Amino acid sequence: MANLTKTNRRDFLKTAATASGGLFIGFYWSGCDSPKMKVLTNEEVLLNAHNFNSYLTISPTGEVVIYSPNPELGQNIITSFPMVVAEELDADWKKVRVFQANLDTEKYDRQLTGGSGAMPHSWERLRKAGATARHLLMAAAATKLNVDVSTLSTANGEVIHKESGKKLGYGELVADASKLTAPEEVALKDVKDFKIIGTPVKNVENNAMFTGKPLYGLDFYREGMLHAMIQRPPFGMKIKSVDDAAARAISGVVDVVSFKNNVAVVGKSTWPLMKAKKLLKIEYELDGAVESTFDHDRLFAELLNTKNAEVKRKDGDVDAAFKNAAQVITSEYQCPFLSHSPMEPQNFFAHVQGDKVELVGPTQTPDRARNDTAQLLGIPPENITVQITRLGGGFGRRLRADFVVEAAELSKMMNAPVKLTWSREDDMTGGAYRPAVRYRFQAALDESGNMIGYKLRGVGINAGNSTRENNFPSGAVENVLIESVDHKSAITTNAWRAPITNFLAYAEQSFLDEVALAAKKDPVQFRLDLLAKAKSSPVGELQYDVDRMIGVIKLAAEKSNWGKDANVMQGFSVYYSHRSYVAQVANIEMENNQPVLKKIVACTDCGIVVNPTGANHQVRGGIVDGMGHAMYGNLTFENGLPRQKNFDTYRLIRMKEVPEIDVHYVQNGIDPTGLGEPALPPTGGAVANAIFKATGRRLRSQPFIEQKEFSDIKLQIKRA
Amino acid sequence: MANYNLRINGNEYNVDVEDDTPLLWVLRDHIGLVGTKYSCGIAQCGACMVHVNGEAAYSCTLPVSSIGSDEIITIEGLSEEGDHPVQKAWDEVDAAQCGYCQAGQIMTAAAFLRKNPNPNLEEIENAMNRNLCRCGTYHKIREAVALAAKLK
Repeated sequence: MANLTKTNRRDFLKTAATASGGLFIGFYWSGCDSPKMKVLTNEEVLLNAHNFNSYLTISPTGEVVIYSPNPELGQNIITSFPMVVAEELDADWKKVRVFQANLDTEKYDRQLTGGSGAMPHSWERLRKAGATARHLLMAAAATKLNVDVSTLSTANGEVIHKESGKKLGYGELVADASKLTAPEEVALKDVKDFKIIGTPVKNVENNAMFTGKPLYGLDFYREGMLHAMIQRPPFGMKIKSVDDAAARAISGVVDVVSFKNNVAVVGKSTWPLMKAKKLLKIEYELDGAVESTFDHDRLFAELLNTKNAEVKRKDGDVDAAFKNAAQVITSEYQCPFLSHSPMEPQNFFAHVQGDKVELVGPTQTPDRARNDTAQLLGIPPENITVQITRLGGGFGRRLRADFVVEAAELSKMMNAPVKLTWSREDDMTGGAYRPAVRYRFQAALDESGNMIGYKLRGVGINAGNSTRENNFPSGAVENVLIESVDHKSAITTNAWRAPITNFLAYAEQSFLDEVALAAKKDPVQFRLDLLAKAKSSPVGELQYDVDRMIGVIKLAAEKSNWGKDANVMQGFSVYYSHRSYVAQVANIEMENNQPVLKKIVACTDCGIVVNPTGANHQVRGGIVDGMGHAMYGNLTFENGLPRQKNFDTYRLIRMKEVPEIDVHYVQNGIDPTGLGEPALPPTGGAVANAIFKATGRRLRSQPFIEQKEFSDIKLQIKRA
Repeated sequence: MANYNLRINGNEYNVDVEDDTPLLWVLRDHIGLVGTKYSCGIAQCGACMVHVNGEAAYSCTLPVSSIGSDEIITIEGLSEEGDHPVQKAWDEVDAAQCGYCQAGQIMTAAAFLRKNPNPNLEEIENAMNRNLCRCGTYHKIREAVALAAKLK
C-alpha cells in the first residue's frame, strides 16, 4: 500500500442506495457465466443495498453496483471506470454490475466525454471510492471478528483473517460498514499489486449490444410520445416562406410548426415524417453571406498573406534566421471540412411539463444539455433531469446541445413528450463540422542542416486558433513565429475528435519530413536531434514532455525495424495531444511496381493502460479514423449547402481499406493520461510520408484520393 | 394505410402502415424491435441488416409491401439466449466500440457464414465490406467472423 490520499467530500455525500438511480443496464450481469443460474434483478440487488459513495453500492448478497457517470460513446469508460473502483475495493469482478449514472452535478465532477480527459480526471477519485469502501469493510470485519485490522487482508470480495482462516464476504459486512465514518485519508494500492487494472476485461454491455437491447437514444420510446424531424436552412440563409400543404397531407403527420428558421414536421412515427419533410416547400433568402468551397479556396490564398494575423508565439529573431539561412523550405497544406457522422444520427427525447423537464438521450455533455434547455425555457437547471443513454458514436458532435434544445422547444410547443430524430441527411447537412484549414510552413536551415528558424501560419474557417503554438517543434528551435487567422463564417464548426491536431499533425509531420530530406537527415534522427536541443536548452514554453516524446519515437523505431529493410518504404510521424504521445510508422512495400500499404506500427505513451482491449480499440480506431478521413473524407459546399448528404457521396473507410496495425505501449507506470484521441493525429503524416518514400509524391492536401499527385498512384491496402 | 401480417423471429405480427414504410421503421416504431438500427436510410451502411429467408437484407430500403410471407429474422431473434456462434465470437473478441453498427455486422456475418462456413480472410473482408463501422473496429470484426466460423 502506498499513496495516502485525501478524499473528496463531493464523492462521499451520503445518499440512499435506491435513490442514487441511473439507467439500469438491466439485462446483463457481467459476471453471469451461466445463463441458467438464478440472477437477481437490479431492483432486487438494490433493495437492501448500502451506498458507500457516488460510485459504489454493495448489497447484502455481495453484489457490487458501480455507477459510471460519464457518457459512453465507444471509449468503453463504462467498463474501465468500474474496473478502477473494483480494483481498489478488491471486488470479485464477477459480482460487479455497472449502471450508467444520470446527470448529477452534486455527486460527480466533469460528467462529460471529451478531450480524452475522463480517466486522467477521475483516476484518483475512482481509486479512492473503492479504497475507502474497502477500508470500511475491513474495519467492520475487525470488529466482527474481534481482531486487529492489521491482521486482515482482502481479495475477491472477501475480508480474510489469515491466522484463523476466517473469511467474510463483503455482503455480510455492508450493513455494519456503511454505518462507519469514511476516513479523511485512505491508502491506495501499489501499481504492481493491480489485479484487474491492466487485464483485458470485456465490455460490460456486450450482451445488450449483441442481442439488440434498447441502449441508445434512438431506441428510447415513451408511450404517447410524438416524433419530430426538422428542416434546417442552408448556412447563411433564412426562411422567406413555407408551403406545408403537401407535407400535412401525409398520413401520420400531426402538425407542421416553424421556429427559429426551422420547420418541424411532427407525427406519430418516423417514416411519414421522412416523407413529409421532402414535401415541404420552403423558400429561403439571404441572411448574411452564403459561401461555397470555391470561396474558401480564395479566402485561404488571401488570408495566408494578410498583415492582420494573430501572433500566437514568437521566439528569437525569425527575420534574421530566415535572412541568414543556407536553405529555406516553404510548403502549404490544406484540409477540407469534415462531418462527424456518428453511426447514430443526432436525436433526443424531451418532455416539458410546466417548469419541469425530462431529457433522455445521447449527449457528450449532459450538463450543457440541461443548462441550454434551462436557458431556453427560462427555468432553473435543477428542474431538469437528464438520463444519459449509450451514444452511437460522438466524435465531438455530441458536445453540442443544439439537438437537445430543439427537442425541448418542440415538446413545449406541442405540449407533449417528443423524440426528435435527425435523418442522416440532417446529420450531414445540419452543421458543426471539423473546420477547413490551410497552413503555410517555413523552415530555415543552416549549412549543417540545423533548423534555425520555423514559421507556421494557420488560416481556418471558424477554426479559432488553428495552431498549437506551444507544441513540438516549438521549444526545439531558436527562432519561431506561429500565427493564426480565422475567417468567421455562417458554416458552423465544432470540436472533431482531436480538434485542430487531427489535421495539424499530418501537415506538420509531413512538413518535418520535407525538412529532414532537405537537411539530408534521417526523419527519426532529425526529430531526436530537435528533441535533444529542446531537452538541453529549451526555448520558451514547452507544452510537451521531451522525454516521453523521445520514448515513443525510440520505441516506434525499434518495433518497426526503422530503416533496416530496403524493401519496406517507411513513413514516420509522432505527435503529442491530449496529454499522451503516439509515434507511428507506416510500411509500404512494392508489389508489381505498385505501392501496397501493409502495416502501421503505433507506439503509445498514455501512462498506465487500464484495459488493454479498450486501449487497443482506441489506438486502432483512432488510426482507422485518421487514415479514412485523410484518404477519403471531404465535405464541400455550394451556396451554403453541403454537396455530400449521405454515405453514398461522403466516403467513409471500409474494412478492405485498412492495413494491419501493430500496437505497443510504453510501460512507465505513470497515472493514465488519456487515449480517446491521441492515436488519430499522427496517422495521416505516417501514411503520407510512406507514400512519398515509395512514390516521390508529396501529398499536401486531403483527401488524398482527390489530389492530382495521387491520381496515378494505385495504392493498395492489404492485411497480412 | 394497409394491414400486413409479418413473420418476424418466429412470431406473427399484424401492423397497419403505409405500403412504402420500410421494414426498418415497422420493426422500430410499430413492433418495438429496436435492435435493428437506423443510420443512413439508403442501404449504404448496413446498420439495419436483417435476414429475409436467411439472406442478409437492408431493412431501411425494404418496403413492407414487398415482404409477404417471407421469414424475417432480426438481431433479437438470431438466438434465444444470445448464444449464436457469431454473437459468442463478438463477445469473445470484444468487438465493439460504440456498438451501434454491431447488430448489423452480426446479421451480415451470420448470413454469410451460413452460406460459406469455412471462409478465408479475403472472403470475410468481401462479405463484411458492405457494413460501415465509424469507430474503426474492422480488425476485431474480421477476427470475430473468423472465430465464429470455428465455433459452430
